[in-house]
Amino acid sequence: MGRYVIRRLLQMIPVFIGSTFLIFFMVYALGDPVAAMFGDRAPDPATAAQIRRDLFLDEPLWKQYLHYMGQIFQGNFGTAFNGQSVTELMASSFPVTLRLTVIAIVIEMVVGIVLGVFSGLRRGRDVDTTVLVLTLVVVSIPTFVSGYLLQFLFGVQWGWAAPSVAPEAPLNELLLPGLVLALVSLAYVTRLTRTSIAENARADYVRTALAKGLPRRRVITRHLLRNSLIPVVTFIGTDIGALMGGAIVTERIFNIHGVGFQLYQGVLRQNSPTVVGFVTILVLVFLLANLLVDLLYAVLDPRIRYA
Amino acid sequence: MRRATCARWGGCAVVVALVATACGGGAGASRSGVVSSSWGDPQNPLEPANTNEVQGGKVLEMLFRGLKRYNPKTGAAENVIADRIETKDSRNFTVTLKKGWTFSNGEKVTARSFVDAWNYGALLSNKQKNAAFFSYIDGFAQVHPDSGRPRARTLSGLVVKGDHTFTVKLNQKFSSWPDTLGYAAFMPLPQAFFRHHDAWLGNPVGNGPYLVDSYDKGSVLRMRKWQKYPGDDPARNGGIDLRVYTDNNTAYTDLQAGNIDLVDDVPAAQLTHVKADLGGRYLNQPAGIIQTLTFPMYDKRWNHPGAEKLRRGLSMAIDRDQITREIFHRTRTPATDWTSPVLGAHGGYKAGLCGDACVFNPVRAKQLIKEGGGIPGGSMTLTYNADTGSHKDWVDALCNSVNKSLEDDNACVGNPVGTFADFRNKITARRMTGPFRAGWQMDYPLIQNFLQPLYYTDASSNDGKFSNRAFDKLVNEANAATDTRRAVATFQDSEKILAQQMPAIPLWYQNGSAGYSDRISNVSLNPFSVPVYNEIKVN
Repeated sequence: MGRYVIRRLLQMIPVFIGSTFLIFFMVYALGDPVAAMFGDRAPDPATAAQIRRDLFLDEPLWKQYLHYMGQIFQGNFGTAFNGQSVTELMASSFPVTLRLTVIAIVIEMVVGIVLGVFSGLRRGRDVDTTVLVLTLVVVSIPTFVSGYLLQFLFGVQWGWAAPSVAPEAPLNELLLPGLVLALVSLAYVTRLTRTSIAENARADYVRTALAKGLPRRRVITRHLLRNSLIPVVTFIGTDIGALMGGAIVTERIFNIHGVGFQLYQGVLRQNSPTVVGFVTILVLVFLLANLLVDLLYAVLDPRIRYA
Repeated sequence: MRRATCARWGGCAVVVALVATACGGGAGASRSGVVSSSWGDPQNPLEPANTNEVQGGKVLEMLFRGLKRYNPKTGAAENVIADRIETKDSRNFTVTLKKGWTFSNGEKVTARSFVDAWNYGALLSNKQKNAAFFSYIDGFAQVHPDSGRPRARTLSGLVVKGDHTFTVKLNQKFSSWPDTLGYAAFMPLPQAFFRHHDAWLGNPVGNGPYLVDSYDKGSVLRMRKWQKYPGDDPARNGGIDLRVYTDNNTAYTDLQAGNIDLVDDVPAAQLTHVKADLGGRYLNQPAGIIQTLTFPMYDKRWNHPGAEKLRRGLSMAIDRDQITREIFHRTRTPATDWTSPVLGAHGGYKAGLCGDACVFNPVRAKQLIKEGGGIPGGSMTLTYNADTGSHKDWVDALCNSVNKSLEDDNACVGNPVGTFADFRNKITARRMTGPFRAGWQMDYPLIQNFLQPLYYTDASSNDGKFSNRAFDKLVNEANAATDTRRAVATFQDSEKILAQQMPAIPLWYQNGSAGYSDRISNVSLNPFSVPVYNEIKVN
């Protein structure tokens, strides 16, 4: 197990280098960001040249990349145009998005799995059909529609929640955006759990457990659910990364100053250090979440062993 | 047993994550007397000579007072710290300051506060984006050479004569130069700015009606009334909280929910029902902004002898009235000259100066375009940036109008460019093959600012590279004229050349729009479409 983890961690190094390389080239291929700093005015060439020299933009691309990587290994992700260091931006925005993601994951796990179990155990009956139709509706509504709708209803019409989140992003204000962020994945979790449960409900070990006279509750939670969770856990694991990166829409609607906000701002202003730095960290989050999922398999199903 | 451990671990992990990330809370700052307003994240650090966009500019207007200030109602440049600015030849100026002004840290505002700030702004190695504003001052070429290192650290045209007097020598005659001094780049700076630059950027110290309480970059700037402000326009509220919004729709929703007091940009999508939502608490008034379609005059296909007929014809093919009504819900006004109504008639605005070239006339348009050689290649692209400002809507409408007038479905198509940066790159690299969108927000309310930077040969914002000797000559004459009325008339003569040559089609004047809650009153917009924050009262 220990060796397996170390091997997986070592495999991340080439992925890390490869992804930064790709992102770096894609962002820099967009062109020179200096012209836009001057607004509708043509940049005065001397000042523009000075800024380019400072940002290392006057060097060939491969030199820029080496310089950037050299900086990264010293813990320096560069500076955004407004004078803040990118590490400072990360320190202020990752905790916010992490909180939002945790809320979304908790909602999607609790609600999704419960709904999935209920409909899976009552396959083909009214409850099952209703849940299936509901999830279909949720999946088909884009996040920005559900976001603006819920924001208007809860925030303006009924006044139950603030329509936007304060800069400090306290937990209670993040509940509504967390729900919006979770909605689509929630539907997937429900459907995955339902299928898995429905399939395993007829398995031999469930029949054995029932024949032993175990209470139904125990059969479902200990035997049926645990064995049915592997595909769900896989999905949630990959979803952590997706949620953190995909929060752009939700964060914009609820004015949350998290990762999505910084990425959006970075792309809009062609602020390459911000974009490359943030995406690099997101790649790492994704990799770690996947590793965690793989390790969780063994917990759920003791027959799985790592070498 | 094993199961229980797992559950506990899982639970712990969630709790740890929530606790670890929940730091930085505690918003409970008192809101009494304080106005909260929407804000866009400024692009550059907040320093006077480095701020060239509206969002940073509105903060500087609250934190600083300079030699002059533009009257929030009339736009006229009025003395604030300047006692008098005298000249005999429109080239050598003597500036005398009023006494008794200080920065909010107690430091006195003296002639040095200005001279040092201007020298800092002009010096190439400080990379200030507004450096060009000092280019009229003698010695600019030494501190800011086109290439190589600066040959001097201070402008030779600036001389401190005493605590409250300094002289300025310009490198050309410029009679309305004192009227440009209300612009943010010309604000004075305390010594603290030069000594502890990074600390100052985190907590800017100025001499305006407000002082910075806390600045959380990228999310909120809290300003409070400076009780000892010496000027005669003190804040009439306890302070202003500027909150950064990425989406102005959210800001508007927040206004409806009573979460914020003032939104200074009502999104286009809300314009249809803004009156029903806010009633009298909605402002829609002219601002010093004009939108144009600029032609690439460096491209032979658009600038051959006779092509002015083509350009004028295209202007006639645009139904400005319909587009401003349908797309902008009358928050823009069809343009009939190259300036803005906020200048007023005495300031140089002249309705109808463009003549019949700015009047929708499809029949004449078709005829003129034919005489001018037709649209190059039979089809033109209209380039715009698609990332901000919902430009797509009006570009499509405009092309539709041109296509209908010419009875040709392919005469005009929109050509979106992904980001503003890329758009600006293509323009500065002269890679435009057809007309492109241009917007101009005035730096100061002078007719000069609408003409010289945009159409004078090789001027800083002459994106189409228009060059006309007669136009340049008239601008020079107007700048040198000491009599304001004559200067304005001469500028208008130069504008008539634009009407003839049509290097840029005037489209419409943009209004400023704002909405506010019933918690505040006495809200108005200045000619720059920025709310007059210090006048706002909290009910």
